[in-house]
Amino acid sequence: MSTIYILWLRELRRYVRSRAQIVASLGQPLLYLIALGFGMGPIFQKAGQGSYLQFVAPGVIAMSVLFSSVFSGIGLLWDRQFGFLKETLVAPVPRIQIMLGKTLGAATVAVVQGLLVVVVCFLAGFRVANPLMLPFALLFMVLIACVFSALGTAIGSVLENMQGFQLIMNFLVMPIFFLSGALYPLSNLPSVMTAVTRLDPLTYGVDGLRTSLIGVSHFNLGLDALVLVSVATVLMFVGSRLFSKIQV
Amino acid sequence: MIQVENLCKKYGDFTAVDNISFQVGQGEIFAFLGPNGAGKTTTIKMLTTLLTPTSGQLRIDGLHPSDNANEVRKRFGIVFQDPSLDGDMTAYENMELHGVMYHVPRKTRIARTEELLRTFELWERRNDQAKMFSGGMKRRLEIARAFLHTPKILFLDEPTLGLDPQTRNQLWNQVKMLNKSEGVTVFLTTHYMDEADRVAQRIAIIDHGKIVAEGTPESLKQQTNTTTLEDAYLAYTGSSIRDETANVSSDQLKQVAQMWSKKR
Repeated sequence: MSTIYILWLRELRRYVRSRAQIVASLGQPLLYLIALGFGMGPIFQKAGQGSYLQFVAPGVIAMSVLFSSVFSGIGLLWDRQFGFLKETLVAPVPRIQIMLGKTLGAATVAVVQGLLVVVVCFLAGFRVANPLMLPFALLFMVLIACVFSALGTAIGSVLENMQGFQLIMNFLVMPIFFLSGALYPLSNLPSVMTAVTRLDPLTYGVDGLRTSLIGVSHFNLGLDALVLVSVATVLMFVGSRLFSKIQV
Repeated sequence: MIQVENLCKKYGDFTAVDNISFQVGQGEIFAFLGPNGAGKTTTIKMLTTLLTPTSGQLRIDGLHPSDNANEVRKRFGIVFQDPSLDGDMTAYENMELHGVMYHVPRKTRIARTEELLRTFELWERRNDQAKMFSGGMKRRLEIARAFLHTPKILFLDEPTLGLDPQTRNQLWNQVKMLNKSEGVTVFLTTHYMDEADRVAQRIAIIDHGKIVAEGTPESLKQQTNTTTLEDAYLAYTGSSIRDETANVSSDQLKQVAQMWSKKR
């Protein structure tokens, strides 16, 4: 347990120390919120769907948790390149604890980052439907963070260089975001799109967040949580298998 | 303390370590010398549980690294050829993380961290991030860290690479002092023959994956009729230059990563 704790603490210390990075990573969600929230607002309104800012805010929160957790997980790649990984691999502790410490640290960082984006959303004029549902919103942020930091660690265990990193960004992380319904309603999509969105774990995260924050749901909270917990469990398992195979 | 018998490591057709055998006694300072690509680091990786041998027997303090990896890991400290600190954490935090991972009791950890950081003259800078340190300070911190859990064996893989003579001198004096006071067995590699001559009690020379000579510095000089260890070393390994294949992708990545960390 102490190993998981100290590696978790390390992720947090590193996060708190990179202030410039914290501010920089608020830029993208802010841009989506303002450019899309206000830019698409009038059309969305005319289509009879209400305020687009209200609609897109949970999607933007999910996005920042997604990006932050995948990046922190892939941070394993830096640990490997800068040699720190070796220090942990020769320590007399089971590798699964090292992997869990790293993953939970990445997830915690992502949730904190997500909470900062929640604050930004409020500043931009976003309002929740029912404040009593806020704990559920937090729960879904945690679940999204667990799923994607485990994915990040799994990728970080097999990835060897920066070229691979670009590939992951363009062919995995961006599609996960754009096909999740973060930016558009899931109803009345072409059937292929419907099928694809249903395979995307973030879809359930976004739906859970949207349900808890603005009371608009496509599936239901129980199904959303179930899918996320299952995917997180599978990815943690896969991630620890891949991590235990790392040779330096 | 270290027993190696007929150890081999093959990568496909390439044999990195070819049937080597040697022993290192308790409290001994043992130098493992050889040209680049001779198999030094591969051997250290097998001794320290990071690589599985293709064949042969290994024992660390009587234990097999493959069966008892974690027990073996408790018994040694290692300073790698490449840096292995977390630059974003302070010197003290790097020590703390190591102590916790090695299950050093809290009180012992705190006392020993102070003692070691003072020995290696880093105590005043304990709250600075490791990335602010000079090359010599980073190395000292890594050695201090390797001693934190009171290992029985210390592996030093080219610890003085790129350091100035003053730092090298000081570093070896500190290692020799701890070898005396704590009875730690030291297994080192270096390209500086004068260091090996001065520090090591026994030397093995490895070339093309095979051990070509073994003995005290004096006996190696006698056997080759030379006056310095460097001449003896060249007599055993020849003077042709070894070409190592460069790891291009990893070097590029390091550059990009450094660029990024500067931006932040």
